[in-house]
Amino acid sequence: MFDLSLLPEGGLKWLHGTGDHRDVVLSTRIRLARNIEGIAFPSRSREGERLRVLQLMKDAQPHVAGLKGAVLLRMDQLEPNDRQLLHERHLVSKELAGLEASGVRGASAVLVGESSGVMINEEDHLRLQAVHAGLAPREAIDQLLALDREIGSRVPYAYHDEFGFLTSCPTNTGTGLRVSMLIHLPGLVLTKEIGKVLSGLQAMGLTYRGWYGEGSEVVGNFFQFSNQMTLGRSEEALVDELQRVVRHVIEREHEARRVLWRDAGYIIEDKLWRAYGTLRFARSLTFDEAMNYLSGVRLAVGLQLITGLSVSTLNKLLIFCQGAHLSYAEGRVLKDHEANIARARYVREALGAESPEFTGHSDGPQSRDT
Amino acid sequence: MLCDECREHDASVHLTKLVRGEVAQEHLCAQCAAARGITTTVTTPKSVLGEFLHAVQQQEVTDASESTRCSFCNMTLKDFRTSGRLGCAQCYTAFEGRLRELLLRVHRHSQHQGRRYMPPASHILEQATTVGELRDRLQRAIFNEEFELAASLRDKLKDVE
Repeated sequence: MFDLSLLPEGGLKWLHGTGDHRDVVLSTRIRLARNIEGIAFPSRSREGERLRVLQLMKDAQPHVAGLKGAVLLRMDQLEPNDRQLLHERHLVSKELAGLEASGVRGASAVLVGESSGVMINEEDHLRLQAVHAGLAPREAIDQLLALDREIGSRVPYAYHDEFGFLTSCPTNTGTGLRVSMLIHLPGLVLTKEIGKVLSGLQAMGLTYRGWYGEGSEVVGNFFQFSNQMTLGRSEEALVDELQRVVRHVIEREHEARRVLWRDAGYIIEDKLWRAYGTLRFARSLTFDEAMNYLSGVRLAVGLQLITGLSVSTLNKLLIFCQGAHLSYAEGRVLKDHEANIARARYVREALGAESPEFTGHSDGPQSRDT
Repeated sequence: MLCDECREHDASVHLTKLVRGEVAQEHLCAQCAAARGITTTVTTPKSVLGEFLHAVQQQEVTDASESTRCSFCNMTLKDFRTSGRLGCAQCYTAFEGRLRELLLRVHRHSQHQGRRYMPPASHILEQATTVGELRDRLQRAIFNEEFELAASLRDKLKDVE
């Protein structure tokens, strides 16, 4: 196993849980797909060409301020659990982590900085990415475009006057930009309003994904909302459009939480207490269970039923209760049932170390029961 | 059980609603549920690639265009239809007409509106290419056990760097 402490901030600066609307929006992530002129795209290139791409980035890195202190990890030289762990941290895609049927690609690598990085030899030669806590599209796009300018002045990109930046898949052509916001929508799911929100999203040419990005399932009421079209609009316009929609969804989420509390407060209160109790005392937890209960506790914090439990602790729990992280902490690869036990222990201890305060809701449902 | 709304079809969606703390049951058929925007499970949409490949396959095919080959990476339109991925930047020129149609379908535009790109100043580019090429040639020389050639390439590389 490699030494995680080598990574600047563990590549997880966004976990600090700062940023606007942090109670609903966990992170804002943007990536730019770029390819290098004169070299076949990774899926069609030979190992030698991919090594050339890697070398070009190694040569460029010392001159790129945005990559100062970034650590380079060769994916094809890491053990499977380490690659899985980087994927769980959302630092590399499933494809780059070699978790798909085709396995890990030769000369594939990732540069990990505090809040930005570059995937090398993924579907495209380069995937520049920036992640910020909360709703922070401006910070993310400014940082990423600056990084793009720096790298692009060292490495010749494949570019076309009409089509823009050329990518392996034409769904990314143009800006090569995908902006996604990881948002927690328990209120909309519980009130069953989520279906309308999601179909509205698709009608606007936007889309959504699950916890692990493209092709993954939604767990714990966490959704990644993102743009689908990349060509014909400026980078800023694409980011602003998603931001506008997400702001509207945040309002609807708050409204749904108010309705739930007003109309079914005692049911909600009971549900959230059960979630907290299970996490605090269970001896075995599957990943899906943990995510669902953590979603409940997160909602309880949002409703101020629980205070003194920080967003950063909750964020940390989401990342560190995943399988490869538990295996890393134990120093060996755990089987599923072992991971469930390790997960329950980890969550129990993390929550036990906090000293939250618990409140009921004075004008809420308790009075109705008496 | 018949649908509460249309009273025609079998109810397949059973809703438990909370109205002012009271539990109310509602039974709807799939059509009426869909009409009211109710979805029963939260699933992720089909992958963009799936829809996109469908769009690719919808394009009219003529034998002549199918066998057009990219002169750089040797890819054909047929290969692209299978994988959904292009082989290199030159493919955009080789299949320009077809790709423009496809981009219009996927993005509703084909003209890039984002930031324009200026390639690196020529001297940096030249140096990068030279270093890269020298490295490639050096590795090939080592692989072929042409050690004299390798030595001179290594010296040249040092000079350039």
